[in-house]
Amino acid sequence: MSSFSVTEPSGGTKWFAGILVVSYAILTLLPLLWIVATGFKTSEDAIAYPPKVLFEPSLEGYVNLLTERTRATEGMLEEAGPPRTWYEEIARDQGTVITGASRYGERFLNSVIIGFGSTALTMILGTMAAYAFSRFRVPLKDDLLFFILSTRMMPPIAVAIPIFLMFRQLGLSDTHLGMILLYTAVNLSLSVWLLKGFIDEIPREYEEAAMIDGYTRFQAFRKVVLPQAATGIASTAIFCLIFAWNEYAFAVLLTSGTAQTAPPFIPTIIGVSGKDWPAVAAGATIFLVPVMVFTILLRKHLLRGITFGAVRK
Amino acid sequence: MAEVRLDGVTKRFGRTTALDDVTMTIPDGSFVVLLGPTGAGKTTTLRMVSGLDAPDSGDIAIGGRSVAGLTPAQRDVAMVFQQYSLYPHLTVRENLAFPLRSPILRTPPDVIERTVRDVAEVLQIAHKLDNRATALSGGEMQRVSIGRALVRRPAVYLMDEPLSSLDAKLRADLRVELKGIQAESGATLLYVTHDQIEALTMATHVGVLDRGRLVQFGTPRAIYEDPVSVYAASRLGQPRINVLPADLFPGAPHGASHIGLRPEQIRQGEGQDAAVTRVERLGDQTRLHLSLAGHDIVTVTDAHTDLRGGDHIQIRPDRPFYFGADGARIA
Repeated sequence: MSSFSVTEPSGGTKWFAGILVVSYAILTLLPLLWIVATGFKTSEDAIAYPPKVLFEPSLEGYVNLLTERTRATEGMLEEAGPPRTWYEEIARDQGTVITGASRYGERFLNSVIIGFGSTALTMILGTMAAYAFSRFRVPLKDDLLFFILSTRMMPPIAVAIPIFLMFRQLGLSDTHLGMILLYTAVNLSLSVWLLKGFIDEIPREYEEAAMIDGYTRFQAFRKVVLPQAATGIASTAIFCLIFAWNEYAFAVLLTSGTAQTAPPFIPTIIGVSGKDWPAVAAGATIFLVPVMVFTILLRKHLLRGITFGAVRK
Repeated sequence: MAEVRLDGVTKRFGRTTALDDVTMTIPDGSFVVLLGPTGAGKTTTLRMVSGLDAPDSGDIAIGGRSVAGLTPAQRDVAMVFQQYSLYPHLTVRENLAFPLRSPILRTPPDVIERTVRDVAEVLQIAHKLDNRATALSGGEMQRVSIGRALVRRPAVYLMDEPLSSLDAKLRADLRVELKGIQAESGATLLYVTHDQIEALTMATHVGVLDRGRLVQFGTPRAIYEDPVSVYAASRLGQPRINVLPADLFPGAPHGASHIGLRPEQIRQGEGQDAAVTRVERLGDQTRLHLSLAGHDIVTVTDAHTDLRGGDHIQIRPDRPFYFGADGARIA
């Protein structure tokens, strides 16, 4: 059992630590706040100098992000009549009319499918592989583990061209399945290593007890090991999701239509009608939400300590 | 309830031989205690019978049927681990119910409820049933761990030093309780300990293990009164048997290199002169530490003795054990 002594820090130390933590938080959160704020600015406010800290919020960025518009001519305006909805009004104010929904929704959905799909697949394969490496006498175990790790020793993009050619041969280019498999392959090495560490820490006695209590090894794995590895699985899943969610290079290279994710799509917003920073910021803001929600949902599993003390060592 | 038979069981871990050709029959309904120091192969024996490890050679049969190749679940054994491995994500109640809910037993909920309550009652943990397993003291965890075995009626119970982490009073209580449960249910129980009190109070048979070999198997009384070697003789008896050079006293048989003297084998008041170095009063008995020709001897005397350090008494062996140079008993 690991034990550590805790000394109550003095008042001064506490204050110092507090100031340090708060300043660090401000430093890291400020850009985030800036993006969220920019999403609610008008195009003019977004590029105003000196930058506006206080501004009148506008949904212009979000409307521009989620709609396709075209510059309005006199004839079009007459034909369309007065704006019927608040978003049409916002588009009209910029001298444009809405011609339809933008592709952002689809791209966002692709990100969700590919991000969560590959994370789920990685966790299923990773947990089982890590368990096997942790518990069984696998021939050439160390070599295999090193081989798995070595797949991450160069940046994934270094193998972009072979992967591009392979995907074209296999018909995986621009498919959800292709992207899920690719991100799973990249994430698997990290997750096997991380999860093996977590599973190594779970004493074997638990499974042995369960197997004697009348369960098969797989049932013992499911009922005894998995609940205790929850912490490790949650934190590994967050790592995997963040990678798959943010991945840009492969997404640009391998997807263009059906399976395009949000990261390669967001920069294309810039070009539509001048530099539309509020729309870009709005796209980034919405893009941030799922990972944040996922992390917050799994937060309680990130707190360690459920297994402390039940096995005497 | 079943007989367990080990036949020429050998197990190696790398270069060390944990079990060396162990053959032993654990009769149906017996309480067998395996004695020996750490590394003697006690736990390995349990793991072989449970199916957690497989022997390199030899066979194990439970109830007359070879269990080679069977999983622990299929062998119908219950085991209490030395590390009381409670499932930390479950409550005490769920821990106790876990074996009953297994796919093999599939016990109905009302039976589970009743059994868990009964066992918790016996082990004095009924008030902790809804606690998380991690929120218990060491002694409570150990009791839940024993309870998890007792909820079942397996062919054989295996227990690996189940009482070692309990305080003296609880240990004494549970000794009686365990013996009672075993005697009442007629269960076969294989029990590992290095506490000789546990062996003497509970066992119907004792197996003495020495570096992977079963050196003696018999009733506790037989092992105490008729040990096969210095090693077996040293397992039981409090204070320990005194092992001295055989020529210290007259009358040693030919080939004897050591003489073994338990306290009751030392007659006081006649024979050779020994100096009293220390008198230890334990209440119901008093231990005498003696020095005879440079050798220390510990024996027991009258609780109210007037002897004190510096005194001299005479002692002589009374039907002692004689051992050869290899430690084997020769007389």
